[in-house]
Amino acid sequence: MTVRISDDAVALACGADAVAAAFVAAGAEVERVSSWGMHWLEPLVDVDGTGYGPVSPDQVAAIMGGTAQSIGRIEDHPFIAKQTRLTFARAGKTRPTSLDDYYATEGWLGLAKAREIGAEAVIETVLASGLRGRGGAGFPAGIKWKTVAGATADRKYIVCNADEGDSATFGDRMVMEGDPFMLIEGMAIAGLAVGASKGFVYIRSEYPHAIAKMERAIKACAHLIAPFEVEVRVGAGAYVCGEETSLLNSLEGKRGEVRAKPPLPALEGLFGKPTVVNNVLTLVAVPWILTHGGEAYAAFGMGRSKGTMPVQLAGNVKHGGLFEVAFGITLGDLVLDIGGGTASGRPVRCVQVGGPLGAYIPPSQFDLPFDYEAFAAADALIGHAGITVFDNTVDMAQMARFAMEFCAIESCGKCTPCRLGSIRGVETIDQIIAGKDVEKNLDLIADLSETMKYGSLCALGGFTPYPVMSAITHFREDFVVRKTA
Amino acid sequence: MTYQPQKDFGTPASRSPEAVTLTIDGREVTVPAGSSVMRAAAEQGTSIPKLCATDSLKSFGSCRLCLIEIDGRRGTPASCTTPVEAGMVVRTQTPQLAKLRKGVMELYISDHPLDCLTCGANGDCELQDQAGAVGLRDVRYEVEATHLGQEKDHSNPYFDFDPSKCIACSRCIRACDEVQGTLALTMEGRGFDSKISAGLGSDNFLGSECVSCGACVQACPTATLIEKKVVEIGTPERSVVTTCAYCGVGCTFRAEMRGEQVVRMVPEKTGKANRGHSCVKGRFAWGYAQHQDRILKPMIRKNISDPWREVEWDEAFAYTASELKRIAGTYGKQALGGITSSRCTNEETFLVQKLVRAGFGNNNVDTCARVCHSPTGYGLKTTFGTSAGTQDFDSVEDCDVILIIGANPTDGHPVFASRMKRRLRAGTKLIVIDPRRIDIVRTPHIEADYHLPLRPGTNVAVLTAMAHVIVTEGLADEAFIKERCDWDEYQDWAAFVSQARNSPETLAPVTMVDAAELRGAARLFAGEKNGAIYYGLGVTEHSQGSSTVMAIANLAMATGNIGRRGVGVNPLRGQNNVQGACDMGSFPHELSGYRHISDDDARRLFESDWGVALDPEPGLRIPNMLDAAVDGVFKALYVQGEDILHSDPNTKHVSAGLAAMECVIVHDLFLNETAHYAHIFLPGSTFLEKNGTFTNAERRIQPVRKVMSPMNGLEDWEVTQRLAQAMGLDWNYIHPSEIMDEVARLTPSFAGVSFERLDEAGSLQWPVNDAAPDGSPIMHVDGFVRGKGKFVVTDYVPTDEKTGPRFPLLLTTGRILSHYNVGAQTRRTENVAWHKEDLLEIHPIDAEDRGIKSGDWIKLASRAGETTLRATVTDRVAPGVVYTTFHHAVTQANVVTTDYSDWATNCPEYKVTAVQISASNGPTDWQEEYEALSERSRRITAEVTAE
Repeated sequence: MTVRISDDAVALACGADAVAAAFVAAGAEVERVSSWGMHWLEPLVDVDGTGYGPVSPDQVAAIMGGTAQSIGRIEDHPFIAKQTRLTFARAGKTRPTSLDDYYATEGWLGLAKAREIGAEAVIETVLASGLRGRGGAGFPAGIKWKTVAGATADRKYIVCNADEGDSATFGDRMVMEGDPFMLIEGMAIAGLAVGASKGFVYIRSEYPHAIAKMERAIKACAHLIAPFEVEVRVGAGAYVCGEETSLLNSLEGKRGEVRAKPPLPALEGLFGKPTVVNNVLTLVAVPWILTHGGEAYAAFGMGRSKGTMPVQLAGNVKHGGLFEVAFGITLGDLVLDIGGGTASGRPVRCVQVGGPLGAYIPPSQFDLPFDYEAFAAADALIGHAGITVFDNTVDMAQMARFAMEFCAIESCGKCTPCRLGSIRGVETIDQIIAGKDVEKNLDLIADLSETMKYGSLCALGGFTPYPVMSAITHFREDFVVRKTA
Repeated sequence: MTYQPQKDFGTPASRSPEAVTLTIDGREVTVPAGSSVMRAAAEQGTSIPKLCATDSLKSFGSCRLCLIEIDGRRGTPASCTTPVEAGMVVRTQTPQLAKLRKGVMELYISDHPLDCLTCGANGDCELQDQAGAVGLRDVRYEVEATHLGQEKDHSNPYFDFDPSKCIACSRCIRACDEVQGTLALTMEGRGFDSKISAGLGSDNFLGSECVSCGACVQACPTATLIEKKVVEIGTPERSVVTTCAYCGVGCTFRAEMRGEQVVRMVPEKTGKANRGHSCVKGRFAWGYAQHQDRILKPMIRKNISDPWREVEWDEAFAYTASELKRIAGTYGKQALGGITSSRCTNEETFLVQKLVRAGFGNNNVDTCARVCHSPTGYGLKTTFGTSAGTQDFDSVEDCDVILIIGANPTDGHPVFASRMKRRLRAGTKLIVIDPRRIDIVRTPHIEADYHLPLRPGTNVAVLTAMAHVIVTEGLADEAFIKERCDWDEYQDWAAFVSQARNSPETLAPVTMVDAAELRGAARLFAGEKNGAIYYGLGVTEHSQGSSTVMAIANLAMATGNIGRRGVGVNPLRGQNNVQGACDMGSFPHELSGYRHISDDDARRLFESDWGVALDPEPGLRIPNMLDAAVDGVFKALYVQGEDILHSDPNTKHVSAGLAAMECVIVHDLFLNETAHYAHIFLPGSTFLEKNGTFTNAERRIQPVRKVMSPMNGLEDWEVTQRLAQAMGLDWNYIHPSEIMDEVARLTPSFAGVSFERLDEAGSLQWPVNDAAPDGSPIMHVDGFVRGKGKFVVTDYVPTDEKTGPRFPLLLTTGRILSHYNVGAQTRRTENVAWHKEDLLEIHPIDAEDRGIKSGDWIKLASRAGETTLRATVTDRVAPGVVYTTFHHAVTQANVVTTDYSDWATNCPEYKVTAVQISASNGPTDWQEEYEALSERSRRITAEVTAE
C-alpha cells in the first residue's frame, strides 16, 4: 500500500507532516507528492488512487484498516474531473524533485523537441499556441520572445516572475513546490528560443518552501539544461516588485522602483540587456505546447484567449483551490458551481478577480466568460486569475478604502499619482465613511481615480481605481447610506 | 540683460545623425532620432508641463505632468520617456490632458507648504511655475498626512535642505548619480514615506559623502535644496556668462547678480568644458572676492621691516617706476625681472611679459608654470611639436581605456573627473599609476582594472617597462608609426625599451610595481581601440619630469593613440590660465605662441610692432632669479598674482632670495606670504571685476567678463599699463580686446582670435587661423605639428633625493578638492568646513613604528627644513610613502621640499622628498619665527604720512 501525501505549503499548514508521520509509524510507505489543489480537503491522503480528506493523525488507523470514509477515486472527484489539466497534469501525482517521476510523466519532452526543431520553430510554435502572459497583462508570449530573439546583444536573459503577491493566488507557488522541473524546462526552452544562456527566478521571500525546492531542482537538473543556467533570487517583500521593471531593478540589486517604458525590457531589460520577463504560469505552459504542438494548445479557449488558465479560488469560498480550465467558462460557473458558493453559506455579494487591484464583480455579471477581452469590456481584469469570494456581510466602502490603503503601503513612491494619490484616496474615503460631503467626495474620488488610472507609471497606481470605482459603481449604497448613519 | 533662467529642453540631446520628422500640435518638427517627444516639443518652442525632467538628466517619468496624446496609441504616455517616431502626431493640450495635469498638480500642492511669498525660491520655482501653467485653482482634499514641518538641514555651508518642500522627483539623486558620480544621495523609504537622504539616517549633508558640487541644488525644481545666498539676498535680476577662476578645467558659469552683488554662480549648460556641471570651488567658493582681507589701496614701504603705508595710485606708480629705474641705473637692466600669473587673464599676462621685454629691456620673465607644467611644454613640443594637450574634454566620451598617471582628477579637476567617471561607469577600462590609492581607483560603480602604486620618482621606469611589454609582445601599432612617426627613431627607441634591463621584472625592485600587474596594464592599454592618457603634476614635478612627458608621448605614439577622438595625451592643467600664461610668452626663452626669442623672424615681428629692440638672449627662470638675488646681481621683481614664497620649493631659499632684493613688487588680492618681503603692494582685481580671457587645459580660450566694478578701482591690466606708462612706455589700450588683437596679430596660432569671435562662438580652441577658422578640438589629426612624431629614448635616472637612515620615508604632495593651490582664495571661504588644516597621510606600519596615531601632532623633517602638522593614519599610501597638501601657510609644506628639479626645465621635484616623521608637541622654531614675521610684515600704519 502506497500512501501519498502532499508536502505543498497548504498541506503542511493543515498538518500534513503529522499525518505522514502517523502513517510511517503505522508501517505504511509514504510518498510526499505535489498537491492536487483541493485545498479544503488538505491534508488529502491518496491511498492507491482513493482519496481521504481532510485527514488528521487519529484517522490513520481507520484508513489503513479500510474503515474510513473516502472521497472516492481522486481522479473522479468533480473538482478534478471538470478540469482540463495541461499544465497541472502532474499535480498530486509526482514527487516534486524526483527526476525519475518527471521523466516518467512527459518530462523534458518539450525541451527535447525544442532542441530538435531550433529556436525559430520554437517561437513559431509558441506564436501558434496563442499563449498569452499569465501574469496579468495578457501580452502574447510568442511576440515577446520574437522581440528578444531579434535583438542583438552580447547577452540576453530569461527572468521568471515568481513574485506572486496577489490575493487569492497560489498557482505559481504550487508549480514551484509541486513541479519545479516543469518551470526550469520552460525557462530552458525560452532561453533556447531567444538566445539567452542565463535565467533568474525571482521568488518572493514569503515562499520558503518554493525557494528550497526550486534550488534543489535546479541543482538536480543542471546537466540536463546546460549550457542554460538558472539561478534563484529572493525578493525582499515588496508587492511592487511583481511589476516587471521594478523586479528587474530589484534583481540588479537596486531599489525596487518602477522604470518608465520604453525602453521595453525585451530590448533593454536586466542589466540593460534584452530580457524575457514571463510569469511562472506562462513559462510552464510551454513544455506542453512544445510536446503536443501549438495548434493542440490553441484548440482550447475562446476568442483571442487560447489554451487553459489555472484559476485560483479563494476567500470566502466553499471549495477553494486550483482549477485549470480552458478559457470561456463563466464566472458564475467558477464561483457557484465549482467553488460551491461561500464557505459561510451566506449569499455571494461579489467577487474580486485579479488580485487586490482587480474589479469587484457582482453576481449580476456572473455570466461574464473568462476571457481577456470580455473582462476588459466590463472594466474588469483577469490578472493572475485569482478569485476572491465575499458574502453579503462585506462592507464595500471599507473594501474601497482597503484598495487605496494597499496602494499606499505598496507604492514604490516614484510617480505622483500613486505616491500621493493613494494617501489622499484613503483620507477621502474616510471622509465618505464618516458621512462628510459624501457626494462631493465621491466626485473627488472619481477624479482621483482618473488621475491615477491614466497618470500612474505602472499598474499598481493605474489599477487601484478598478476595485475603488467598481465598489462605488456596483455598491453605491455602501457609500451614500452612511450619510444618515 | 534681465534675468532669464537657462533654457531647459527636458531631456538630453540625442547624438544620432538620423533625423526624424513628427507633428506636435499641428506643427512639424525635425529632430535627431532618439530624442524624446518632450525635447522635440521644446526645440519647436512648445513647452509641455514637467517637474521631474531636466535636460542634464536621463528621463525618469515620475511626475506625470508631461502626459501627451499620440494619434493611434492608447493612453496618455509621458512625453519625456516617449521617443519620437517618424510621422507621429502628438497633441500636448487637450481637455483630457488638462484635467489629468490639474489632478496631478492638485496632489502635489496638497502636500506643499503654501508659503510662496516668503519662500527663498519665490519667482524661481518650477513647482510654482507649473501650478500656474496647468491652471490649478483649488485643492479639494481634506488633508491629514503631509511632509510639512520637518527639520531643515543647514549643515552645508553653502546650501540648505528643507525636506518639507520636497516633491520627491529624485532630480537631486539623479544629478548626484549621473552628473557628479558621487552617489551620495538616496531615496529612503517607499511610497509616501520616500524621502531624500544623504546616506545613513544619521548623516546630514555636511557629514555625508556629498562633495558639495552643487549639482543637486542646480537640479532641484523647488526650494528644497537652495543656496543660502539666495535665501539671504533674494533671486538674481541679471546674469553674465563668464569663466571660473579656479583650476584648468575652465568651467563656464553664469554670474547671477543683483546689482553689483553676486547672488550665485551657476554652471552654464552651453559651457563646452563643463557642460553644465560645477564643483564646490567654482560653484560656491567665491566669497574671497569680497573678503575683508582684500587690500584695496596701493601700499609702499622703504624697508620690509617697516609697516605698510597706504598711498594713492599715482604715487604708487611714480614710486615704483623710480625704484625700477634707480635699480636699473645702479645694477644694470638685467637686475630686473617679472613673474606672470597663471591666475590672471591672457591679456594681463601678455602685458606683464611685454613690460619686462619691452620696458625692462631683458627677458627675465617667467611664470608659475615653471613649477608645474613646464615639462609638458618641453616634452610635447619635442615629441609632437606643440606645447599643449592634444584633445578636448569631450574626447573622453569615446575612450575605451583611460590611463591616469600622476593626477588626481576627482580632487584636482573635479568637473572633468565627473565626465570621466560617467564614461568609466559605461564600461571604459581604467589604469591608474599613482603612489596613492586615489579616489578614482575605487569609487561608486568604478574600479580600476589596474592600480600600479609605484614608488615616487620612478615614473620613467614604469612607463619604459610598459613600453617594453608593448614592443616585445608585438602590441605596437606599427602601421600608425610607419605612417606618422620617424621610423628610424622608433626603431632606436624600440631597441632601447626592449632591453632586458627595462623589463617589468627587472625594474620591479626599483618601481615596487608587481611585474605581472604592469604587464597586464600594458596589454590592456595597447589592446583597446581608443586609449587616452591623462596626467598631472605627479608626472611633471620630478627631476625627470620632461622625460616622463616624453615617455607618455612615446607610449601614445607606439599604440597609435593620437589624432582622433577618444585618444591623446592630456595634461590636466593646474591653474585656470596656466595654459594661457605659457601661450602668452611668459617663459624667458619664448615669445607668444612658443617661438624662441633667438628666432630672428619672430623677434623682428615683435620689435616692429612694439617699436623697441628686444634682447635675443633668453632671460632668467624663477630659480635663477632667486639664485642671482642671493648672489647680489638680481634686485627687483614684479610678481603678479603669484605667491612664490608659499608655492615654490625650499621656502628658506626663496625667502633668502627675496630678502636680498631691493624692490619686490607684489600685485595681488591679499597680503600673501611673498608680500612679507615686498616693498610695493599693488592691489589686484578678481576675475569678477575685469574683462579678458582664460585658456584652459583643452587650449580653449574663454571669455572672462566683468560683472562688477573693481573694488580697488583698476583692473589688473590697467595696473600694468599705468606702471608701463610711468616708466615711459607709450601704451594706450582702452580695452583688453585690443590686447588680444595684438596677440592675434603677433601669434600665428591665435590669428583668428578676437573678443568678437569669442562672443559669437562662446569659446575657441587654438590654433585658430586660416587652416582652422573655428579652432582645433583635436590636434595632430592629419599629421604631427612638427612633421613626423619623434620617439625619444627616456633612460630612467634615479633622483638624487634619496632615502637613508636619517630620512627613511618619501614625501609626496598634492591637492584636495576643497582647496586650491596655496589656498589664498579657498582658505577665505567656507571651504574650510571640509579641510581646515593640512594633514600628513602615513601608512599604519610607519605610524606604528613611530608611535603615531591619527590626529597626533608630528614633525615632518627633510634635509631642507622641518614643519609640524597633524597625522592621519591610512593605507591609502604605501608603506614608506607619506603625503600632504600645501594649502595652508601655517604648515608651509614647502619648507621641507628641496632644490632638486627637472633636468630640462627646472620644474621643482615637489613630488619626492626624503623625510623623517616624529612625534611633536608644537610648532617648530622656524614656524614660530615665521608666524612672528607674518604678523610684523602685515602691519599697516593708521595715519597717512605726509609727503
